[in-house]
Amino acid sequence: MIISESWLREWVDSELTTEELAATLTMAGLEVEGIAPVAREFIGIVVAEVRQVTQHPDADKLRVCSVFDGEHEQQVVCGAPNVVSGMKAPFAMVGAKIKTEQSKQLKITKAKLRGVESHGMLCSAEELGLEESSDGLMELPSDAPVGQDLRAYLQLSDSMIELDLTPNRGDCLGMRGIAREVGVLSRKEVCEPDFNVVQPVHTEEFSIIIRASEACPRYLGRVIRNVKLNASSPLWMQEKLRRSGLRSVDPIVDVTNFVLMELGQPMHAFDYEKLSGKICVRMANDGEAITLLDGKEIALNSDILVIADGDKPVAMAGVMGGLATAVSDETEHVFLECAFFTPLSISGRARAFGLHTDAAHRYERGVDFELQHRAMERATELLLDIVGGEPGPITEAIGALPERNTVRLRFASIKKYLGVNICPQEAADILSRLGFAITAEDDESLKVEVPSYRFDVSIEADLIEELARIFGYDNIPQTSGLSPQRFPKSSETTIGMNRLRDHLVALGYQEIISYSFIDPALSELFSGSEQVITLQNPISEEMGVMRCSLLPGLLSSYQHNANRQHERLRFFETGLVFQRSGEAIQQEARVGGLIAGSQLPKSWSNRQELSNFYDLKGDVEVLLGLGGKTGQLSFLPTAETGYHPGQCAEIRTLEGDRVGVLGALHPAIQRELHLDQSVFVFELRLDTLQKARMPQVKALSKYPEVQRDLAIVIDEAVSADSISDLVRASAGEFLTDLRIFDVYQGDAIVKGQKSVALGLTWQHPSRTLSDEEVTAIISNCVNAIQEQFNADLRK
Amino acid sequence: MVVDSEVLLSEALLDIERASDEKSLDSLRVQYLGKKGSFTELLKTLGKLPAEQRPAAGEQINLAKKNLQQALELKRKALISRALNEQLEAGRLDVTLPGRRQSQGGLHPITMTIERIKSIFAGAGYDVAEGPEIEDDYHNFEALNIPVHHPARAMHDTFYVSPGTVLRTHTSPVQVHVMETGQSPFRMICPGRVYRCDSDLTHTPMFHQVEGLLVDESVSMADLKGTVVEFLQAFFEVEMSVRFRPSYFPFTEPSAEVDMGCVSCEGKGCRICGYTGWLEVMGCGMVHPRVLEMSGVDIEIYAGFAFGMGVERLAMLRYGVGDLRLYFENDIRFLRQFN
Repeated sequence: MIISESWLREWVDSELTTEELAATLTMAGLEVEGIAPVAREFIGIVVAEVRQVTQHPDADKLRVCSVFDGEHEQQVVCGAPNVVSGMKAPFAMVGAKIKTEQSKQLKITKAKLRGVESHGMLCSAEELGLEESSDGLMELPSDAPVGQDLRAYLQLSDSMIELDLTPNRGDCLGMRGIAREVGVLSRKEVCEPDFNVVQPVHTEEFSIIIRASEACPRYLGRVIRNVKLNASSPLWMQEKLRRSGLRSVDPIVDVTNFVLMELGQPMHAFDYEKLSGKICVRMANDGEAITLLDGKEIALNSDILVIADGDKPVAMAGVMGGLATAVSDETEHVFLECAFFTPLSISGRARAFGLHTDAAHRYERGVDFELQHRAMERATELLLDIVGGEPGPITEAIGALPERNTVRLRFASIKKYLGVNICPQEAADILSRLGFAITAEDDESLKVEVPSYRFDVSIEADLIEELARIFGYDNIPQTSGLSPQRFPKSSETTIGMNRLRDHLVALGYQEIISYSFIDPALSELFSGSEQVITLQNPISEEMGVMRCSLLPGLLSSYQHNANRQHERLRFFETGLVFQRSGEAIQQEARVGGLIAGSQLPKSWSNRQELSNFYDLKGDVEVLLGLGGKTGQLSFLPTAETGYHPGQCAEIRTLEGDRVGVLGALHPAIQRELHLDQSVFVFELRLDTLQKARMPQVKALSKYPEVQRDLAIVIDEAVSADSISDLVRASAGEFLTDLRIFDVYQGDAIVKGQKSVALGLTWQHPSRTLSDEEVTAIISNCVNAIQEQFNADLRK
Repeated sequence: MVVDSEVLLSEALLDIERASDEKSLDSLRVQYLGKKGSFTELLKTLGKLPAEQRPAAGEQINLAKKNLQQALELKRKALISRALNEQLEAGRLDVTLPGRRQSQGGLHPITMTIERIKSIFAGAGYDVAEGPEIEDDYHNFEALNIPVHHPARAMHDTFYVSPGTVLRTHTSPVQVHVMETGQSPFRMICPGRVYRCDSDLTHTPMFHQVEGLLVDESVSMADLKGTVVEFLQAFFEVEMSVRFRPSYFPFTEPSAEVDMGCVSCEGKGCRICGYTGWLEVMGCGMVHPRVLEMSGVDIEIYAGFAFGMGVERLAMLRYGVGDLRLYFENDIRFLRQFN
């Protein structure tokens, strides 16, 4: 909300400077977002009268004017279309200076325009920084005193203070509320403007029925006959509105807006002739519709409160009036509405239709439910001053009026809550200055009645906040030293995320963070659409579905960088993935990784071999090895959507639980995403990955190790795992290590076969193994291999 | 004729001088001092001398032998040392060439920041709790005192998965889960991704928060102030000034917005703080009694405070990140700057 500082000072004349005032408001919870002057800085501009206007001899669009500045008549060339003889307008005399937008200065000098001398410049509101844009000269009222300095005349020594109000402070959405706060904060009396009751001059009433009494506790109406809408609002009102961020429209809109800004009470005026029957405040019927003032057609439903006449809804209550009953140039009689609608009945309704109005903004947050008579009288009085007319009596309909809350404040709670004592006298003083009525008081507590404009106070904590606000948050001490020490639970069989991340970093992976919502097209590459969770209101279509996998994010990041000439990339990401599983939503934490490009960074010291499946698998093995899980997990060939069918493995625990998948990206996807090299990816479940075993130490053997190598020639389709498993099973209990140290296919081996070399190590815990024993074990292994796989020792 | 030991010695010394390696040196040793060596032969001739001359002549020969042995040893050391020098010279490397290694990986600045926050709070006894990112309406809103038509819902532009299911708009629902299932007192922080349907220069539709909660007997706003100030000073490693401004959050009462003295200009006013000298860094407050009650905390015994901060903003201030979009674009040129 924007307020005019000088208007505020009319209400409460605090001694604070503008900056102090802003700081005070901010520190009381009414945050000042900005302070702006109400006009550009300028000097040498006066109210002038245009006495004569003649066409410029050599330019169609220019006029030569005679302008009286109070002392002299000056010849001025003017290009504004609206310049007419007799008008009053701001006049920048020769020597005037105007600070323009770019903090440059415009200096008015004598000039010749197309051969005609010009002594000064007639100004538009835009040129003076009073409006964003103007079409012509700023027209001043006919009674403007010619020759008076414009700054003095328009009282431009003023600032517009922009407040960012929190939703609980509906009471400050009007000058009255802000003045009240400033009064309390600076300990000054608030001088409310005179408040006069208008005497009706006729008895015509338009009857009002409230059918939704919970939603509309109070509705006031008044008929004003024979208004003359060709008048324009007085300059003071236009200026106050302008300095509140509102444009002057016509007298009726201006007056209702003025009351809105002054008191915080939204009002609406109907063209009385266009209303039929009577006013009925009710919930809309499903199927009803209304075209609002802004031309928007709204399909109403039974959740929306409307003002209806005998035939149809004529306004969306508390949001906007209807077009059909709006005041227009032809309006002769108006029906003024001033109502209280409860926050619950208005809240969210405007937003549901993409609307935001000043009225809804206030009703949602709470309008003083005892304000309506006053606002109606104020509006009537102002209106009569401008457009004349004959007011009728106020018609009032009452629904279920709220009662003022009573809240108890225990003095002990203040210290308990704030950590500082505010004595009972001071507490009572602060609350009463804020408008709370103290209804009872004893040694331990007091009871206060919450004023009708404070919708945010209903419990003790709310009162304590009020006290803290006025007492000053700055005056609350800072303490530390809370409860006694506690030791955190720490599990050694869980691997911390830090450790996993650090390992990936050490393996050369760069962490990325990508959006959890992704392009559905990308999502489909890796998962079926039936389990995908779609957002109802995505930012864009490309961010339309929740990720079922970390791979799309990794690939997008890869693409982004590959498009910028980065070829060798290693990425990882951790986070949740989301899937539907029947009715339920599964949210699983995973880590995913991607590698592409050479095994090692390009350097003088290594060959530029490209990463392949085994580079990725090695990294995955490092991660899996962290929890001492090596040997308890198996890699099984699998066909997974998105992966190369021949280079893809799933990882399972001994119990058969799936830990994750790794492999080469499917070449078709690689082509579709325009990736010019092979990309390898993995994705693992974090819960299994983070499980670790507790180390349990075995005694070390003092006896020597025995090592033997075994080279076999075997069908190429037999997997390394099945060979190792068989050998391990045949190599006796003292086998301590088994590794495959060579795999060879080529000229020396029959086509369709491969040579596999195994290195075996044995160690006995309590004696030296004899040569014969080991030889027997080896032949055991060889026999098993021959039997199982029809393989041979390599000759 | 008897060879003079002097002559033999000078001859031998000359040979040693000429020796170029250890092997030839060794054969010289055999040649002169071996069983059949020249000096051994010379000693054998002593018997032919008159008895009175023998001691003097023997002594002379032994002296020459000793000199020769010394010369051999000296030469041997010199040869070893030369060979070593040659080996070292041959082994000289350009130590300025880069080493052979895997590339440098690194953490995302958001992770770095969250981890830093976690470790600071862990030191003060806070647990870390995490929770789902797709939440039900109750935990994201209702349980935090934000009923359906509350205007504060407009402050949270919410992504919907279905009418009652949302992407969490803050990490506060994690605190609700912990309070619902655990026993007071509580002392925890909840870091994680949150989502709001808003995307422009100063908003990304996904961002990260760390929210903290402390519930205990006799907890006051003064404790909250102390906690927040000490955290900020620990995090930024600067003793900056901190101010608390009344604000509004449905789940705290009283509520405060926390501003800290700009770490860039030390409060003098600059572009980063919008020339105010202050940076808005956190929201906090005393937990609303209704929130505690709804989660089953006895408000006659316990009170609590809560605070929440935006990780992107803290990382921005600490590392000088100028553009929010950089965080999720994952440009390697940006990310590598944190390695």
